[in-house]
Amino acid sequence: MGVTGSPTNIKQGSKTKGGIGESTLRPDGTLKVTGEFAYSSDMWHEDMLWGFTLRSTTAHAEIRSIDISEALATSGVYSVLTYDDLPTEMKNYGLEIQDTPVLAHGKVRHHGEPVALVAADHPETARRAAAKIKIDYVELPVITDEASAIAPDALLVHEGRDDHHIGHVPHPNIVHRQPIIRGDADEAAKRAAVIVTGDYVFGMQDQAFLGPESGLAVPSEDGGVDLYVATQWLHSDLRQIAPVLGLPEDKVRMTLSGVGGAFGGREDLSMQIHACLLALRTGKPVKIVYNRFESFFGHVHRHPAKLHYEHGATKDGKLTHMKCRIVLDGGAYASASPAVVGNASSLAVGPYVIEDVDIEALALYTNNPPCGAMRGFGAVQACFAYEAQMDKLAAKLDMDPVEFRQLNAMTQGTKLPTGQVCDSPAPVAELLRLVKSRPLPPEQQWLSAGEDADVRALPGGLSNTTHGEGVVRGVGYAVGLKNVGFSEGFDDYSTARVRMEVINGEPVATVHTAMAEVGQGGVTVHAQIVRTELGVNQVTIHPADTQVGSAGSTSASRQTYMTGGAVKNTAEAVREKVLEIGRAKLGTYHPAWATAELLLEGGKVVTDGGEVLADLVDVLEDEAVDLELEWRHRPTVAFDLVTGQGDGHVQYSFAAHRAVVEVDTELGLVKVIELAVAQDVGKALNPLSVVGQIQGGTTQGLGVAVMEEIIVDPKTAKVRNPSFTDYLIPTILDTPTIPVDVLELADEHAPYGLRGIGEAPTLSSTPAVLSAIRNATGLELNRTPIRPEHITAT
Amino acid sequence: MRVNFTVNGRPQEADDVWEGESLLYVLRERMGLPGSKNACEQGECGSCTVRLDGVPVCSCLVAAGQAEGREVVTVEGLADYSKHRDGAHPGTGCASSDCGTSLDAAKRWQSKPTDGRTGEAGDLSPIQQAFIDAGAVQCGFCTPGLLVAADELLEQNDSPSDADIREALSGNLCRCTGYEKILDAVRLAAARQEETV
Ligand code: FES
Ligand code: FES
Repeated sequence: MGVTGSPTNIKQGSKTKGGIGESTLRPDGTLKVTGEFAYSSDMWHEDMLWGFTLRSTTAHAEIRSIDISEALATSGVYSVLTYDDLPTEMKNYGLEIQDTPVLAHGKVRHHGEPVALVAADHPETARRAAAKIKIDYVELPVITDEASAIAPDALLVHEGRDDHHIGHVPHPNIVHRQPIIRGDADEAAKRAAVIVTGDYVFGMQDQAFLGPESGLAVPSEDGGVDLYVATQWLHSDLRQIAPVLGLPEDKVRMTLSGVGGAFGGREDLSMQIHACLLALRTGKPVKIVYNRFESFFGHVHRHPAKLHYEHGATKDGKLTHMKCRIVLDGGAYASASPAVVGNASSLAVGPYVIEDVDIEALALYTNNPPCGAMRGFGAVQACFAYEAQMDKLAAKLDMDPVEFRQLNAMTQGTKLPTGQVCDSPAPVAELLRLVKSRPLPPEQQWLSAGEDADVRALPGGLSNTTHGEGVVRGVGYAVGLKNVGFSEGFDDYSTARVRMEVINGEPVATVHTAMAEVGQGGVTVHAQIVRTELGVNQVTIHPADTQVGSAGSTSASRQTYMTGGAVKNTAEAVREKVLEIGRAKLGTYHPAWATAELLLEGGKVVTDGGEVLADLVDVLEDEAVDLELEWRHRPTVAFDLVTGQGDGHVQYSFAAHRAVVEVDTELGLVKVIELAVAQDVGKALNPLSVVGQIQGGTTQGLGVAVMEEIIVDPKTAKVRNPSFTDYLIPTILDTPTIPVDVLELADEHAPYGLRGIGEAPTLSSTPAVLSAIRNATGLELNRTPIRPEHITAT
Repeated sequence: MRVNFTVNGRPQEADDVWEGESLLYVLRERMGLPGSKNACEQGECGSCTVRLDGVPVCSCLVAAGQAEGREVVTVEGLADYSKHRDGAHPGTGCASSDCGTSLDAAKRWQSKPTDGRTGEAGDLSPIQQAFIDAGAVQCGFCTPGLLVAADELLEQNDSPSDADIREALSGNLCRCTGYEKILDAVRLAAARQEETV
């Protein structure tokens, strides 16, 4: 058999480095710091054209005619396309409901809707040609809120709807509605010593990822197209793109190019179909890169919401009941609205024990910008409101707000309003304890450096608006509950291909998945998982493309759980295969091959007692083990459409925040001094990335608390601030230190016990900041973001 | 028009540049240097930061013609640039011990290469290596601009306080990290720099 590594001459085994639990560094880090990492906007091709999208300048109008002749005659222009040029009967796409036109036909339903496409030899040529397209609009009245949507004479945003939600909604301008009724909230209210109600408004937030929507479509000789693009889910894109192009899925080959952040904003298609259409029409590679202005129209936003809540509690501080109504504005197209409604309703109660609830959540169709997925997905809006309610109740009962929350906190075994029992650790009270027990940052830090105030540490900063006079401090707490993964019976699976072979005398593993690495660090943990399971140091991550099965979306905090789980599962199967080969080749050398539990570690086969049986190099020789497997989490069911009952969620995750703010009460300026966070992650596969995710999520929550909002004119439904000049996201000066406590209470149902991380910190960050501002100012403040005029009441 | 300028130490010439083209466009689309990023093209995010005759600028706001005859350093040239930096750093120094990361803390950060493609220190500038080590890179789209800005800060001030770092990087948006690890990275690079000077 030519075995060189017979059991007698093998050196002692060693642990594999860089496995799970270690803070290994990103495999793409070097490329990213040297500028060599190819983001989707960096794609380049010989002889490539630039695509540009002409968008509607009005929110709701009939299109009487489109005249492209002048644009087409522009020198340097290769193609101009409108709705009439779409090649098949399939002219719409959509995540759940196919209601989004590739190019507007007959009507535009929101400001910035794509109407025509231009391909030219220079981006500026394309832009100027697009400006010459003449569109004759007949303006229609705009639907902008619940009252205008369900008014008796309201126009229908989508006439002739026939999706499966239509049978269950009270009006066709409602996308989806989900009630959750348990017990008798009215009866339970009689037991309440105090009842508080509140009306809350959550503004429209934008994902504002930095890497603009962009990609390159290259026509291929077989009549198909290769698309290099930044997305969150290649296979979902493919499923929507191919039918519109009239191509079978195997003729649309998609490869993930570098993604500059996503946060839900890349779940829907943006330029994908447009670039493919132009490439197929011109026979040339076409690149589209949105500028920031266009990016604000090119992706869906977080649903703005109006929430009405009522809670009651006994005089000992036990919650008696909760009633709420959550109205989400879904804008002109459905996107992920139905699933957002499911989340908002089923998580409306938060991490608290309340037996009797009466919940209703719904999403509207309006002529506002379309809204869909964003980090926190429906749970964010609810958390903002229920946490304000908790503070109100505690104040009314004269209780400490943290103790009040702890008294009502859910635990493992709690039955949620949907009837689902939480069957994994739920350390809500403990997370609150952790943030509360941190020492508070010293008072008046702007003074501590010396006798003069360091204005940089004050609200207003270098604008030098105060030297401390009128500045008051406040502290606020919040905690939230988020589901992990896709819920309500969705067939949520991921696929991984793992290959193991010997290259240059070293055992090497390759991982191939279609997972979108959007910055979250999936590529890092996949290598860690494979090192742990297969005991090799060298792991190569194959680029993500559609040549392997679907990985599902990089969203819902699900990728480490799902594709991580798929990689683990497949690696385990590869290990079994390798051991089989080993037994066949070397089994006679040592009885342990047949009797012991065998592991792969440090490039060797070892027994669970640590005895080395063989080198992987000798087991494999020139054989390769290569497997592709699908992996699923335990099944869920859809919520009952009347009662909202059902085991709809896979897993829950929890985070708590304490915010410390200083407010200049004269000018209404807020400085967040510290935003401490505690989160349970089940198992930290990569502690460095875990902390990074928690800090990043916290900062997005801070942003919506004090500055972030897409402002839509209520009269015209036009977006007023589509730029980084006017839509503000936190800078390093707006962001405080974010100390993080990480708990690791394993969820026995999850791979390695892990819990999805990315979203939970986005939930409680916002209400904690709001609570701190209320604490500082004594004001009610029921909307987000808080602007200076809300504090100064001017 | 034609533009002649030096990019990362090498003389370059760009032909048929349209007058409205930005330096960012010329670097990315004509020079094949896509390292400087195009996140807003409005001068608001800092992703496109390069040094023009040593001064950090938003290259999206610089008309290509303005670069005529001048020296541009992009993230692609950062390692080389920092290696050949003239003389000592003229920073003001910081006497108090609470400025930045202590040397001890810095030593605990170690680059641990995880596979063939990960940061062997080789050709990286200290600030580049520190960004990797501190976990300051997530999606990385903001990274090139931040690196150029942070490198310039460290050139001016070899032990910046947290307030100095925040001030210097306030023109660079990052949507992923929450900035904490970016602060860590700059402190780390400063501490390592102190160690070698
Ligand atoms: S791209 Fe130049 S500042 Fe944003
Ligand atoms: S790492 Fe993504 S924007 Fe900074």
